[in-house]
Amino acid sequence: MDIKEIIQPENMVYHKPDLLNDVPMHYCPGCSHGVVHKLVSEIVAEMGMNEKTVGVSPVGCAVFAYKYIDIDWEEAAHGRAPAVATAIKRLWPDRLVFTYQGDGDLACIGTAESIHALNRGENITIIFINNAIYGMTGGQMAPTTLMGMKTATCPYGRDAKLHGYPLKITELAANLEGTCYVTRQSVHTVGAINKTKKALRKAFENSMQGKGSSLVEIVSTCNSGWKMSPEKANKWMEENMFPYYQLGDLKDTTNQ
Amino acid sequence: MADQEITLMKGNEAIAHAAIRCGCDGYFGYPITPQSEVLETLAEQKPWETTGMVVLQAESEVSSINMVYGGAGCGKKVMTSSSSPGVSLMQEGMSYLAGAELPCLVVNVSRGGPGLGTIQPSQADYFQSCKGGGHGDYRLIVLAPSSVQEMADFVDLSFELAFKYRNPAMILSDGVIGQMMEKVVLPPFKPRRTEEQIKKEAPWAALGRDKNRKPNIITSLELDPSVMEDINIRLQKKYAQIQENEVRYEEYMLEDADYAIVAFGSAARIAKKAIELARGEGIKVGLLRPITLWPFPIKQVAALKDKVKGILSLEINAGQMVEDIRLAVECKIPVAHYGRLGGIIPAPDEVVDALKKMM
Repeated sequence: MDIKEIIQPENMVYHKPDLLNDVPMHYCPGCSHGVVHKLVSEIVAEMGMNEKTVGVSPVGCAVFAYKYIDIDWEEAAHGRAPAVATAIKRLWPDRLVFTYQGDGDLACIGTAESIHALNRGENITIIFINNAIYGMTGGQMAPTTLMGMKTATCPYGRDAKLHGYPLKITELAANLEGTCYVTRQSVHTVGAINKTKKALRKAFENSMQGKGSSLVEIVSTCNSGWKMSPEKANKWMEENMFPYYQLGDLKDTTNQ
Repeated sequence: MADQEITLMKGNEAIAHAAIRCGCDGYFGYPITPQSEVLETLAEQKPWETTGMVVLQAESEVSSINMVYGGAGCGKKVMTSSSSPGVSLMQEGMSYLAGAELPCLVVNVSRGGPGLGTIQPSQADYFQSCKGGGHGDYRLIVLAPSSVQEMADFVDLSFELAFKYRNPAMILSDGVIGQMMEKVVLPPFKPRRTEEQIKKEAPWAALGRDKNRKPNIITSLELDPSVMEDINIRLQKKYAQIQENEVRYEEYMLEDADYAIVAFGSAARIAKKAIELARGEGIKVGLLRPITLWPFPIKQVAALKDKVKGILSLEINAGQMVEDIRLAVECKIPVAHYGRLGGIIPAPDEVVDALKKMM
């Protein structure tokens, strides 16, 4: 059979989302970002929002998200993405506006912006990649680094006396009046990816329906920062991250 | 005529009314003395019910300036206002705005520092405003109003310049101009721009990618040093163009002057009174008032060296603009500074004494 006979629309079982640009990603092999980028690309297109979406990228590994997803973007200063998104959504209420942030960006330097945007009930979605480490700067301690976990700035393991405790900012967000949907997901298995896609779709729909703020945390791996193979990193995440950062919906008032 | 109606109001209130009237799309701010009336007036006026302008009290000045970044990046006409300590917090954002070439307006109703300082007026933020308070090689367009009328007039002018050059503009005012009440004729109402007008005026804006164009990316990031150098060179060319085209100043009684005072904003008001007193004593002195602090009126100040015997830089600070004056005249004539600090406003007779001392 000739290859041209095989490449026919009726034989198509999977294709790269149209919004995902055909460029090499800078993410490390095994990193969760690529999967989440794919899901965002799929959902924006499925919602018919290609021309009405503005993403806000962070400072961190996802700083170049704008190179990979073929929509309009604003690249924010470190931690300020929710403030940037607040203004875009208020000034263009018919646009789909989301931020894409890591743990350092969202839960450390940008804590004030995150909490207040969520508490005001801004009609935006915050996508929160929690891999418990600063990936881009080379593996330093994050606000979400687990107790005992070793990083470049806590080489002997996170110690509460020295470093305090890992911050469950998603639990905090679930207690805010302005949030309508707060959930914690992962993308380490096909099942988990499907659940995350549903969660992101729901969050984006909430934003467009004016229901308030949605926060989708995605517990992720950073195999380079954790110094593990992708396979081992997934296993380590299941055994160590999930008991502390438990998966599932923390709040959902969208049907009330 | 309704739009020629003369009103009595504070400088801060004039800023708010002028913003609504010039078709501003959004204001994001945080309370701080002595400028809180800007946000208060906007909240009281409820422009979201009339022009559709967004008004939001942010959680901090850091957030305000990043909301301005977000709003400017999606093509809207947005602004914030604050006072010195708050403006210090905004400096990171100002650098990002300049780096991403976003048009916007930042109003500084400045007060005395350093630190928490005082809530009384000061002009000690000249360096911060004109020399780049944030990181990197960048410039702001800085306008210094000297009356409540100019507070009102400079809002629209700032937006015009900001959009013309895709650069943040600043109104550097102080607690005197912000708090004092004066007669003002507010500018006529201009409608906010439509989506079509915004897309035409700001084709670079990130507001949703039309089918027929590439994505618009608002960023100041470039990791390739050769590309980053090119970006910087382009920015410097733009700044040179602004320096060439946008210098604004006022001359007052300079024709026959033996001495000149150079002063901006509220200090220029005091200078005018001091000139009247000095001329009463037979001292021929005039005023050069920079209206744009950056671009600084270098040529006009330089020309003074062939005209007068000495210059007094009157500033309500410890001597900041005086450095630019000395550079402009290449130290060929004496340039002295007189100023008061910590929120004290110099009196006209003190200025006359300083003038005599220089003579």
